[in-house]
Amino acid sequence: MNNLIILPIVIPFLAGIILIFFNKNIKAQKLISAFASLLAIVVSGMVVHTVHVNGIQSLAIGNWEAPYGIVLVADMYASLLVLTTSIIGFTALLFAFSSITPDREKFYFYPVVQFLLLGVTGAFLTGDIFNLFVFFEVMLMSSYMLIVLGSSKIQLRESVKYILVNIISSALFVIAVAYLYAVTGTLNMADLSVKIADMGQTGILTVIAILFLVIFGLKGAIFPLYFWLPGSYQAPPAVITALFGALLTKVGIYSITRVYTLIFYHEPSYTHQILAWLAALTIIFGVIGAIAYWDIKKIIIYNIITAVGVILFGIAANTPNAVEGSIYYLVHDMIIKGALFFLVGAIIAVTGTSNLRKFSGLISSHPLLGWMFFIATLSLAGIPPLSGFIGKLKIIQGGFEAEEFTISFVVLLSSLLVLYSVMKIFINGFWGEPSNEEVYKEKSVKGMIAPIAILLVLSIAYGFGIESISPYISQATDTLLDPTIYIQAVLKE
Amino acid sequence: MEVLMSIVVGILISAAVYLMLSRSLLRIIIGTGLLSHGAHLLILTMGGLKTGAAPLLGENAKVYVDPLPQALILTAIVISFGVTSFFLVLAYRSYQELGTDDMDQLRGNDQYE
Repeated sequence: MNNLIILPIVIPFLAGIILIFFNKNIKAQKLISAFASLLAIVVSGMVVHTVHVNGIQSLAIGNWEAPYGIVLVADMYASLLVLTTSIIGFTALLFAFSSITPDREKFYFYPVVQFLLLGVTGAFLTGDIFNLFVFFEVMLMSSYMLIVLGSSKIQLRESVKYILVNIISSALFVIAVAYLYAVTGTLNMADLSVKIADMGQTGILTVIAILFLVIFGLKGAIFPLYFWLPGSYQAPPAVITALFGALLTKVGIYSITRVYTLIFYHEPSYTHQILAWLAALTIIFGVIGAIAYWDIKKIIIYNIITAVGVILFGIAANTPNAVEGSIYYLVHDMIIKGALFFLVGAIIAVTGTSNLRKFSGLISSHPLLGWMFFIATLSLAGIPPLSGFIGKLKIIQGGFEAEEFTISFVVLLSSLLVLYSVMKIFINGFWGEPSNEEVYKEKSVKGMIAPIAILLVLSIAYGFGIESISPYISQATDTLLDPTIYIQAVLKE
Repeated sequence: MEVLMSIVVGILISAAVYLMLSRSLLRIIIGTGLLSHGAHLLILTMGGLKTGAAPLLGENAKVYVDPLPQALILTAIVISFGVTSFFLVLAYRSYQELGTDDMDQLRGNDQYE
């Protein structure tokens, strides 16, 4: 028994409940939520350490043993993502302190952020497929509220579409669980894996596997199912987009990874091949969007889609190097997307517009912001000393090992276009003749610098400290590549 | 029995898809209601429809019906209630603010914050 691994779920839950009671007292809101997030970082750091020392931790809720009760399972993959989530949550709160308007703060912004973090960490830590659905709903309901909070016209319009898409995908999730239950008679992920290994992955199970790909693809925005994302993520303020971009789509990726490495791994020639090509198309459509727009928010939003494709290609290639690379890249991408959306938020706070054609020469009034943006773009594209490099390197290496030459080449080419798309922001927005220099100088971005700096320092440290991080990542890779480790830890056979 | 239920679920879901592809927002919400009905009936059907007592131990029966799908449905029902009520209020708000319930008129125009 180990109650430590439930704490990353309990802390945001309790904090959210407590915060509901003082919704008008903004100072108390800020204090409590910052404290809870710091505590969550410490606790999830302890979870990572425990998993590293003692192997996979599993907790049977209420002492009902594995296939019958709900289990929480913290393997290294999940606990690394939980740690990253808590860090993103903390920095997003710091950013919100200086960027969210009081009318939003008074209407339960901070409690809902805590509930969002609860849903995300819960989805990472659960070992039960229906429980995963419930945590998805916790996360999605919080995101519905965050996307519409403030109710400007664009938010109302986009949230109608966002909610509709997610209702459909949730109904599909329920349907897929029903089918899976009818075939296997269990809901526990480890037990599902055992049952499916026993009966062999028959045709109907491959169909269910593809149905799960559709569901999690809708959440994670893969190629034919990403249509809702650019509009929806553009509507809310930058800090909410940062939370969404760094966390929500990543939960979809995590679920695809979990389902395809733990449960449906017996027919890779069919399922993983489809996944690989969808990943390639996701990358292509992502970069097309990223280079097409002159709106800074849209450019970064399309870069989310590209990164989703890159990470999923690593999973689809299914060689040790590729899977390891995609874990490196997933953690990197959560951090850097957070940083980039904060930077976009700061730029919009200074210029008042997200249209790249309407401002230039920002570097003369805000040099620090400019150089931070520059570092973030290099990191996003994967320039060697920074954090995006090692993940892409491993993914491409694994892609070549799996003899997926075309798609590996697409990944390489996409880096170039990603670099072009964000460099376009730097060159057109920060260089050139200063427009409205006087006005921009007055706009201070004081409170916004700290959270961006935290994430950038982390990103740089991640890039330079690969040696110290790699034991954790390779432990995560081992579990993903060998489901028996996971199954033994949960079912204790 | 399962075959009959599967056909009914199929009809519910086709009606839901048809309604969700229409232009009026209210029809879309009715479609989501039908979709969740279909999903919930499907869980019940897929859990098996064998004859047995209601899952109460006081019944002292030899065979009970499977209790797990019923618990799953109950969870899914309250979740979809919550989401549907939120969606209805959102539709009301957006009708007040945007002055239309026609999805075609809710197209994007390039107004950014």
